[in-house]
Amino acid sequence: MTTAGSAPRTPHGWPLWEVFVRSRRGLSHQHVGSLHAPDGEMALRNARDVYTRRGEGVSLWVVPSAAIVASSPDEQDPFFDPALDKVYRHPTFYEVPEGVEHL
Amino acid sequence: MQVDVDTPPPVEEQQLRFDRMIADEVRIEPRDWMPEGYRRTLIRQIAQHAHSEIIGMQPEGNWITRAPSLRRKAILMAKVQDEAGHGLYLYSAAETLGVDREELLDLLHQGKQKYSSIFNYPTLTWADMGAIGWLVDGAAIMNQVPLCRCSYGPYGRAMVRICKEESFHQRQGFEILHTLSHGTPAQKAMAQDAVDRFWWPSLMMFGPPDSASTHSAQSTAWGIKRFGNDELRQRFVDMTVPQADVLGLRIPDPDLRWDEATGHYAFGAIDWDELDRIIRGDGPCNAQRMERRRTAHEEGAWVRDSADAYARKHAAAATTTSDAA
Repeated sequence: MTTAGSAPRTPHGWPLWEVFVRSRRGLSHQHVGSLHAPDGEMALRNARDVYTRRGEGVSLWVVPSAAIVASSPDEQDPFFDPALDKVYRHPTFYEVPEGVEHL
Repeated sequence: MQVDVDTPPPVEEQQLRFDRMIADEVRIEPRDWMPEGYRRTLIRQIAQHAHSEIIGMQPEGNWITRAPSLRRKAILMAKVQDEAGHGLYLYSAAETLGVDREELLDLLHQGKQKYSSIFNYPTLTWADMGAIGWLVDGAAIMNQVPLCRCSYGPYGRAMVRICKEESFHQRQGFEILHTLSHGTPAQKAMAQDAVDRFWWPSLMMFGPPDSASTHSAQSTAWGIKRFGNDELRQRFVDMTVPQADVLGLRIPDPDLRWDEATGHYAFGAIDWDELDRIIRGDGPCNAQRMERRRTAHEEGAWVRDSADAYARKHAAAATTTSDAA
């Protein structure tokens, strides 16, 4: 089982954590990098020291890297294909008669 | 959702796709297919860069307890802490290529991976803190700014963070020298002596001349390297000489002169034998730096072990609690 307090260890040491920073209120958290730490609490403390030495954030998330499920770049084209042939999802698809405003 | 688990496309096809991405200036990201040579080159370069950051803490750490004022001491501590942070950003970037930070540290400690030869010079006086900030960090910035556009995404992103922080490093060094050179004659002499010792090694930081640089061509083709060693070195000289005038300090090069024809400063021959000696391990502080690094790592073992034991104990407690619930 993987919880926020424990994560799978790499063969050589502490587990890897991905670090996300909210730079200010009103913005979402953004990925800034990763670090090693024995547990979530230490990961947070290390993230503060490594990634926010100059007030870069008001909130931090750390997530065990192993808990992230990612699409593979090799599958990129077929995986994202369904979006490509649906041009009618974009407003620019539609013709608007001359003179119509606020549409 | 159905996920295809087909066999990956043949290597030739992957190589073509990679080449096209490089040609189009599209960034390569960790899970992309990449040629083994590209991966190896990046691991070697990023690791060497990371090692340089953490070894670079030593020459300056040397002066923290003897900084001339509380202000200077606080600044120097912040700077040395930044160097540790830069090392961590870079180890983190290297790990996206499938190596482990512990492995890289082992290779450093075994002398199988290198760090920048500039850190094998001793820091003999307080003025050296100024010369390192102004010249060594100045040269590092010149080298690092183009790396922000490196074809490998995580390396470029780490460099963006590092470059933002380096500019404080260079300015505080300039300020130290400016203060000394406008102080007593003895203080000014100390500043001049530091510049005399760090000028040539700083020029060597750009690496051997392009004609003798073994990896340059391939690194350029891969979009890792953007400018030649000689071009960056020239830019550094052009940028630095006018700053020396403001400092009132002399660049220790009798051949240095403005060349109207080229629009650049011409400078004297660099002693490449000196660089070779230091790279081979024969610099003034090679042995001391490595010994200190290994000792620091060994003496930190109890901290790592304690944090580990604490994490295990609490993870076990959490599992027991959730089982009971």
